[in-house]
Amino acid sequence: MLKMKQFYKFLYHFLVIFFGFVMVYPVLWMVSGALKTNVEIAAGSLTLIPRYWMWENFVNGWRGFAGITFSTFFINSLYLSIFSTIGIVLSCALVAYSLSRIRFRGRKVIFTLMMSTMMIPAQVILIPQFIIFHRLRLVGTFVPLILPAFFGSAFFIFLMMQFMASIPKELDEAAIVDGCNKYTVFTRIVFPLLKPALVTTAIIQFYWAWDNFLGPLIYLNNPQQFTVSLALRMFADTASVTDFGAMFAMSTLSLVPVFVMFLIFNKQLVEGISTIGLKG
Amino acid sequence: MKNIAVNKGKKPKSLSQFMDNETVAGYVFALPFIVGFLFLMAAPMALSFYYSFTEFDMLSTPTWVGLDNYVRMMNDRRFTGSVRVTFRFVFLSVPVRLVFGLMLAYVLTRKAAGVHFYRSVYYLPTLIGGSIAVALVWGQLFQRQGVVNVLFNAVGLEGVNWFGNPNTALYPLILMSVWQFGSSMLIFAAGLKDIPETYYEAAEIDGANKWHVFFRITLPCLSPIILYNLVMQTIAAFMTFTQAFIITGGGPANATNFLALYIYNHAFNWFNMGYASAMSWVLLMMVAVSTAIILKTSKKWTFYANE
Repeated sequence: MLKMKQFYKFLYHFLVIFFGFVMVYPVLWMVSGALKTNVEIAAGSLTLIPRYWMWENFVNGWRGFAGITFSTFFINSLYLSIFSTIGIVLSCALVAYSLSRIRFRGRKVIFTLMMSTMMIPAQVILIPQFIIFHRLRLVGTFVPLILPAFFGSAFFIFLMMQFMASIPKELDEAAIVDGCNKYTVFTRIVFPLLKPALVTTAIIQFYWAWDNFLGPLIYLNNPQQFTVSLALRMFADTASVTDFGAMFAMSTLSLVPVFVMFLIFNKQLVEGISTIGLKG
Repeated sequence: MKNIAVNKGKKPKSLSQFMDNETVAGYVFALPFIVGFLFLMAAPMALSFYYSFTEFDMLSTPTWVGLDNYVRMMNDRRFTGSVRVTFRFVFLSVPVRLVFGLMLAYVLTRKAAGVHFYRSVYYLPTLIGGSIAVALVWGQLFQRQGVVNVLFNAVGLEGVNWFGNPNTALYPLILMSVWQFGSSMLIFAAGLKDIPETYYEAAEIDGANKWHVFFRITLPCLSPIILYNLVMQTIAAFMTFTQAFIITGGGPANATNFLALYIYNHAFNWFNMGYASAMSWVLLMMVAVSTAIILKTSKKWTFYANE
């Protein structure tokens, strides 16, 4: 009986690890591809250990295109991600506070409108938004990619509302007795206590912004402003003489920030994703 | 503070008192959303609706063409084809993705060592799956000489020209989407942990077997979460763009020409803003009707404990 149990335990771990390996294999294959020769990659070699260690791939890849190196692309991506993250964290905290802590007329209407924005396909808004930004002569700048973040996003507002529901209302009331008003309750009580939700939001938004492709694709046309995603696509575009090794090297590097954040903030990220879903 | 005391009961209120009013404060804090909603959602949507009845190339002013754009769609083979491809993608990818998400959530919420680590591993593809990097790699895996065909050959199967054949080109994209079941897995896992232990204990006393427990207790308790995942994943699947844009460009023979990609091309490559807007409204209707159908039928299969 005991042996049976141990066998099942072993089988469980074996299967989970085996399928887990299959799941991450494409990622590992990319990382190893960053160090392989073009010939080896094109031949579809399954091995994860390169035959020759081509560290030059990183040097060649980093060189970029037309004299613009990946330093520029990384700085652009960082810039966009950081500012849109700041925008989302601040605006969503404000809106979430109003919807979950203040009883005002029209609150329900605003809440319903906000939730319904989650269901609207980006494509519907993308075209007219582009035309508006075009009229404002803002196409070709970072503004259309950063500004919208300062007006909140339903996902994160909802996430923060869920979290605020767990902060006792008595704290607000006690603060008001002590002479706080709605604004100082927010800045001194709710906002500081919201920290875990803020961290979760910041992480998820940062990596969404980092991965964002459609936005930069539409709004940016000067290679000096390109993000890492846009630059990576140029490897695929110059189809005839693709340097696969360099492409994989830069692909791997492009995932490093996201991966590092995942390692550091694993708990917050997992909890955040679970919470967004919980009371849908 | 003294001011407020003096003004108590009198009509003219101090500014700070005015600002502290529930309604005023509520709107002040909600202001970012209200402004954003008006200028980045409502106004664009109204504009887009108007453009859908015009011909507009962004250089000249829009000219009113009535329903022409909508009529044009019906005769546009590439459009009807892209609607079909999009539906096929949604129908094939979303259910499989959810089944995998649920299965792994179930397997990885056991009381076993290392489940946290395992969940992270299974989530990894979802974490980075939306990136251009992974799309490029995926395209490479399914090349003629790619890893997948090498594996096929190794087990004695013939290699497939995945992206060269309209009949097979969609499958690598579906597989890529299924591969990213991580978010639904995490949401399901959270839901599984919320099912009260007493339900299971009661079932055990009644002598129910594992399958019974799963279908009679676990699934019904999870049904609201299944519904949520189904709706959100369906909406997302309808909007799939990047994979097709990077890996196949919509080809071959429009076999992966998702509606989102077709709209993008009309809008930003050929500057048919009017036609693209009209198609985007059709996409919106497709999403809305699908969601409505799911929600309507869900009343029959979702179960809420507190009802």
